[in-house]
Amino acid sequence: MELSGIASYLISFLTFAGVYAVLALGLNMQWGFTGQFNIGIAGFFAVGAYTSAILTTPSSPAYLGGFGMPFLVGLAGAVIASTLLGVIVGLITARLRTDYLAIASIGIAEMVRLFVKNEDWLTNGVRGIAGIERPFADTLLDSPLTYLVIVALFVAGVYFLVERAYASPWGRVLRAIRENEPATAAAGKSIAGFRLQAFVLGSAIMGLGGGLYAHFFGFLSPEAFMPLYGTFLVWVMLIAGGSGNNRGAILGAVLVWGVWSGTELLTGMLPSEHATQGAALRVLLIGVLLQVILVTRPEGVLPEKPPRLIARKR
Amino acid sequence: MIRIDNVSKAFGGLQAVRGVSFEVAQGSITGLIGPNGAGKSSLFNIVAGLFPPSSGRVLLDGHDITGLPPHKLFHRGLVRTFQIPHEFSRMTVRENLMVVPPGQSGENLFKTWLRWDKVKQQDSEVLDRVDDVLKFLEITHVADELAGNLSGGQKKLLDLGRTMMTDAKMVLLDEPGAGVNRTLLGKIREAILRLNRERGYTFCVIEHDMDLISALCEPVHVMADGELIASGSMEALRQNEEVREAYLGGGASGRMGETARQPSTDEGEPS
Repeated sequence: MELSGIASYLISFLTFAGVYAVLALGLNMQWGFTGQFNIGIAGFFAVGAYTSAILTTPSSPAYLGGFGMPFLVGLAGAVIASTLLGVIVGLITARLRTDYLAIASIGIAEMVRLFVKNEDWLTNGVRGIAGIERPFADTLLDSPLTYLVIVALFVAGVYFLVERAYASPWGRVLRAIRENEPATAAAGKSIAGFRLQAFVLGSAIMGLGGGLYAHFFGFLSPEAFMPLYGTFLVWVMLIAGGSGNNRGAILGAVLVWGVWSGTELLTGMLPSEHATQGAALRVLLIGVLLQVILVTRPEGVLPEKPPRLIARKR
Repeated sequence: MIRIDNVSKAFGGLQAVRGVSFEVAQGSITGLIGPNGAGKSSLFNIVAGLFPPSSGRVLLDGHDITGLPPHKLFHRGLVRTFQIPHEFSRMTVRENLMVVPPGQSGENLFKTWLRWDKVKQQDSEVLDRVDDVLKFLEITHVADELAGNLSGGQKKLLDLGRTMMTDAKMVLLDEPGAGVNRTLLGKIREAILRLNRERGYTFCVIEHDMDLISALCEPVHVMADGELIASGSMEALRQNEEVREAYLGGGASGRMGETARQPSTDEGEPS
């Protein structure tokens, strides 16, 4: 591989890792902070991605819109749409215990995927939406590197917001809910209210991740939102990196995406008659990786630690 | 302060509380005793809003609070501790206390993003209060430990400490002495007495340790089989034949009382 090839691989690798880091930060809000077992990440991811695609692509007879709007409007739409989905799901599940949320969330993610697959008028169904442009398209700034910088800025921005939320009294209540619900209620906190807020914020962040993904990949189809890519990988990232630790979520995204795409290079070298087994082997490897982490470092590479006190003692 | 008015509770076919009425007077440390399965904790959980009664009412300062959820009762000055300590394990002792104070502006997500200075300033006031409580309970040396690493007795103290992080009027203590060694028990007793005298907290205490009850509580109510069977001072209750039979033991006559009771237990009460 020539040098520019390696550079472009690296840029693409880091951009993907950045998109996944946003998803992992969203999941960390729900699971890491609050203990909400959302295994329907793909649903929020998909809603964000499709919303941004529909808003920003040029008008097409095949699906709703597109509306040809700017990149940032697309992302804002992605956040708003996933927030709305988060509110609906959150309101329905706020009173459910965490295992019931898991069942409900996986159902909702599949509903979203099947909806996207079948509602041709809205999403062009299995044919998907192509030609989603990067920001600054047709200008001198348009390059994969520029987009990597943009994704990195969004990761940094989201990191700042969730890290502050984590250290604040708000985050303290979420962690208290995760640790002991009856005691948190006895301390005067409305469990359902805080839980809804955390779920919605996490969903909004996942939607943002979807929007960033759409403009990077340029093409969306329902295949991209199978539970394997949309949900399972994100969970492995968060657990590997360190649930409850925002830096851990980002690190986990880079590490696991490294393993995932690295194994793609390896299985690519297999003779073509073994391609199917190769793909299955990758999933198996990720599963084994998860087991190894859970046995050897159950708290992840960067375990959660209580935040530093935000107020200086007087 | 609290009036329990003819409260009953059935769980399926099990009648846990049967028409119990009594009052917890302002400024008192009222005891609630009875053998296991007498319905004490069920009654506590009803008062604390964990579940509503099947019938009857609970009044706080004359207001009907029956069925209000725990977080709303908190804001009316009613707080509780739990039989098994309910610490926030993966949070420090200090954080465990910092969760409690009501009205923290930093509990509003947008204020944590937009009004960070105010949030920080308020948190430092909370910290001052935490320091006082840690000092009062003499657990300052473990302030930065994760609460899950504390001993059972220290967790009990921490539970008590959380009730001190708000301006509580009425505190329900569910077995504050259970599983606590003698030294720590003395400390818990002192803390309860001081909170009662210095801060004017009213307490209602469930406890099996008769020494602790005698030292703290006046009056004491006795429950057995879901019913209130006697009330009065501990001395008077020790002489009460029915109470001795149901519960107290303490000496040969008490044990004989319990033995005499055995047949009726066999006839079908859940034991």
